Amino acid sequence: MAFLKLADVSKSFGALTVADKVSLEVPKGEALGIVGPNGAGKSTLFNLITGNLRPDEGKITFKDQDITKVPANRRIHAGIGRSFQVPQPFGSLTVFENLLAAASFGRNASEQDVAQDCLEILETTELMAVVNTPAAGLPLLNRKRLEMARALATQPDLLLLDEIAGGLTDGECVALTDTIRSVNAQGVTIIWIEHVLHALTAVVQRLAVLDFGKVIAQGNPTEVMGSDAVREIYLGADS
Amino acid sequence: MIGIDTIIQGVLLGGLYALFASGLSLIFGIMRLVNLAHGDLIVFAGYLILVGVSVFGLNPFLSALIAAPLMFGVGWVLQLAVLNRVLGHNILPPLLVTFGLSVILQNLLLETFSADSQRIPVGVLETASVDIGVTSLGLLPLLTFGSAIAVILILNWIFYRTALGRAFRAVSDDPTTASLMGIKPNRIFALATGLALVIVTIAALYLGMRANFDPTTGPARLLYAFEAVIIGGLGNLWGTLIGGMIIGVSQTVGAALNPEWQILAGHVAFLIVLLIRPRGLMPKQ
Repeated sequence: MAFLKLADVSKSFGALTVADKVSLEVPKGEALGIVGPNGAGKSTLFNLITGNLRPDEGKITFKDQDITKVPANRRIHAGIGRSFQVPQPFGSLTVFENLLAAASFGRNASEQDVAQDCLEILETTELMAVVNTPAAGLPLLNRKRLEMARALATQPDLLLLDEIAGGLTDGECVALTDTIRSVNAQGVTIIWIEHVLHALTAVVQRLAVLDFGKVIAQGNPTEVMGSDAVREIYLGADS
Repeated sequence: MIGIDTIIQGVLLGGLYALFASGLSLIFGIMRLVNLAHGDLIVFAGYLILVGVSVFGLNPFLSALIAAPLMFGVGWVLQLAVLNRVLGHNILPPLLVTFGLSVILQNLLLETFSADSQRIPVGVLETASVDIGVTSLGLLPLLTFGSAIAVILILNWIFYRTALGRAFRAVSDDPTTASLMGIKPNRIFALATGLALVIVTIAALYLGMRANFDPTTGPARLLYAFEAVIIGGLGNLWGTLIGGMIIGVSQTVGAALNPEWQILAGHVAFLIVLLIRPRGLMPKQ
């Protein structure tokens, strides 16, 4: 069975359908990219996977467990970590404390046990220079790094990255994709929503396209981006 | 006659007000909940201690030690069963609920203990004093002030040095994101209220040993607590202690000038600080 499986998952807000019978399977260790126009339901998909939203219909299984009705904080302990599109650090905590809190509560462990690991994650995500800075004062790149570091601190088996490369310069973007690739290489399954396609395709093995809450294409990144359906969405071609 | 003695009495009284205020500040800081029943909870804890002393013949401090975990339980249950349900973007429901709680507590105490004013008997401690040369200080006010400092030190230690404290600050920043890190905001809130009511018990012990109290004493204590928090600046417990001291000194100085001015002087000092520094003397950041 798949590591993460969504079967006919639907969600509507009133008349607006944000997920329309979405079915998606992600094998363990894969890096899956998700693209689609604004409002296609990409972040909603993440909210459904993390448990911030409950689907109206359908079933979500993770590691062969039905998690459709499991609350968000228990999905963390099951191994689902997430970074937000708009970074939401705990502003009054320092960078290190952000990680400590995420690690100790995300893993149900004492701070002493996770402190060393937190430092290693800060090393990997290149945040060592600002460990004792309150997170509220960080510039964008470091906020994005902190988003990822904090998600990693919960020791996820599945990491959800929401537009983590958006707004970064090319150089910053390369540094971040290197980090994501090495996290994936360590065996962490990744689902990554991104508009910066060259960053995305440099990492992911598979690509899924979302439009109006539906998965309209998935498969090899090059083939998917070349398909008619995708060109229609992005270029408006009516072939 | 205003002497050094008057000032010192006021400063020490400030310790009591800081004790009133710390619990209030803790709850507001973590969940943005203004607990209008805070003063009544102090009086409630006062009666709880009094029962231990007068019915079971316990030493007041021992009685408070037993009341503290009970009050923690009261806070825990109150938060989980009632307050968590009304927390949200709208600040009105929690205000109404805690106001209702205040009315219920006052009437419950009135029904159980009557309107007679009570005092926690302290024996020799009441008149015991320490001679420091210029003046002699009452041991009880000194203990009160020392307890306030201890409470603030411990709270700051919890806030900045423990996992629980980081969880407090994390849910205060953003409960939704905190829950995605595996923190359970409702449980953290319950712990915070429990902790606040332990501080309430300490405040009740010194209030009850220092002065008479009756079921309607609560709201005025709430007012002093508010003023101490606002004068000091939200989110800064040392500021709250300074705030308490300013009210305390104003009251003792006011009383020295004219006994009728005691309460008024404290409120006037509060208004003056608000006019000069609307965000308090030591606001956060």
